[in-house]
Amino acid sequence: MPQLMRAFNVFSNSYQFAGLSDISISQDIPVEGEITIPMRSRIREFDSSTLNESVQNTIMRDLKAVGKKFMHVLYPRKSNTLLRDWDLWGPLVLCVTLALMLQRGSADSENDGGPQFAEVFVIIWFGAVTITLNSKLLGGNISFFQSLCVLGYCILPLTVALLVCRLVLLAKPGPINFIVRLFVVIMMFAWSIVASTAFLADSQPPNRKALAVYPVFLFYFVISWMILTFTP
Amino acid sequence: MAAVDDLQFEEFGDVATSLAANPDATTINIEGPGETPKRLGPPRGSGREEDDELLGNDDSDKTELLAGQKKSSPFWTFEYYQTFFDVDTYQVFDRIKGSLLPIPGKNFVRLYIRSNPDLYGPFWICATLVFAIAISGNLSNFLIHLGEKTYHYVPEFRKVSIAATIIYAYAWLVPFALWGFLLWRNSKVMNIVSYSFLEIVCVYGYSLFIYIPTAILWIIPQKAVRWILVMMALGISGSVLAMTFWPAVREDNRRVALATIVTIVLLHTLLSVGCLAYFFDAPEVDHLPTTAVVPNQTVVAAKSS
Repeated sequence: MPQLMRAFNVFSNSYQFAGLSDISISQDIPVEGEITIPMRSRIREFDSSTLNESVQNTIMRDLKAVGKKFMHVLYPRKSNTLLRDWDLWGPLVLCVTLALMLQRGSADSENDGGPQFAEVFVIIWFGAVTITLNSKLLGGNISFFQSLCVLGYCILPLTVALLVCRLVLLAKPGPINFIVRLFVVIMMFAWSIVASTAFLADSQPPNRKALAVYPVFLFYFVISWMILTFTP
Repeated sequence: MAAVDDLQFEEFGDVATSLAANPDATTINIEGPGETPKRLGPPRGSGREEDDELLGNDDSDKTELLAGQKKSSPFWTFEYYQTFFDVDTYQVFDRIKGSLLPIPGKNFVRLYIRSNPDLYGPFWICATLVFAIAISGNLSNFLIHLGEKTYHYVPEFRKVSIAATIIYAYAWLVPFALWGFLLWRNSKVMNIVSYSFLEIVCVYGYSLFIYIPTAILWIIPQKAVRWILVMMALGISGSVLAMTFWPAVREDNRRVALATIVTIVLLHTLLSVGCLAYFFDAPEVDHLPTTAVVPNQTVVAAKSS
């Protein structure tokens, strides 16, 4: 700021004898200087200090962030935390857990079994990428990784459903067994959809909300189907 | 840019030149690029003759022009692909409704697509159809073999990949072949109506919608019911396709035109019958009780052979 005043003073000094009427403001007044945001230096300080902290601190901070996001999914409220600081650790952990638990223990040489590990992985990640691309192509203003983050984290209720299903399957098989599993899967499916639309629906223009939400519905429906038809 | 006289308007010249002179200046562009194609909708009165709807006489020039105007971004930018998703919810619903209710004399492309072909419908309808067929097939097999003691339920996940390959190949390769064929015939015979590749993909995609409820209803393990459903679905979607493509080939040699329409319907039939045969096991003639399984199984084997 002081540089600007100095430049202006130079100009006014040179026109001193011509009088003020000759000074035209539309002439180019050279403006120099640097605009610094005071925050930046603080952030830089912060960054350099994380290099020196202990490994436990770093890991705990990331784990806390992941845990906080899990809480956000379990109690979906409209908050920006999930969107702002996206991370893909949670989705990766959930996806791997889901894919591992969907493996059947028996060494089945038959081809028409349940989904293989790679199939589950591919369905989840390519499904999430496709939904994100679809949402962006329709004109949504959510970033690519934010959307992946939300979709991945909202698989948490379905992973819980799979755990419950596996436990229920240890009991005697029969129609009651199936009804319990069906009920649990339906509840968790609804929970996933509600949680993800709470975060994603706002980013779409209002006349296209249904178009963006339907693929999410299809995605979680397919995952729920894989969970429901799991037979050990 | 010096203002010599304060009372005189300054000539800023063309937007381009002023931008070139001062690249940091902001300019306001009032005319949005998205406005021109949308004006196609409301001025069309309902008092159009049937021929116009079918042929789209003065329409086809305009639509060609506007189609060219719309896709102005180069194909490697994201905005280029966004133009294919420029549909609202009600538009998608309208198009689906149009594919379910073929009105004789109304052309699906002229009536609903109106030079705004979208890829949303074809892609997600095909995706839904893939999963609908795979899941319904699995459910139906489960219900058919429910009583048998030797039957162990498997989710048959392989069939999802197979279904996806079949449906997406049909929804993209057949329109491509048809488009190439129409282009070739266009060079020989001057056709009034011509469709772009995306419009053909769009018609095929939306015409597959009827198969989603059909696939779900195919769970019912009755042969007669299944074949009635096949006939109905084929009737509806086949007629949508036939009525769309008849104006494009009717200027041509009679035999070629008929052969084209017959081929289109035949391929459609092949798809539905093939899916029915592959994904859905044949329902048994009698639903046998679970007691005394072994002798009944041999009886069934003798009956079905």
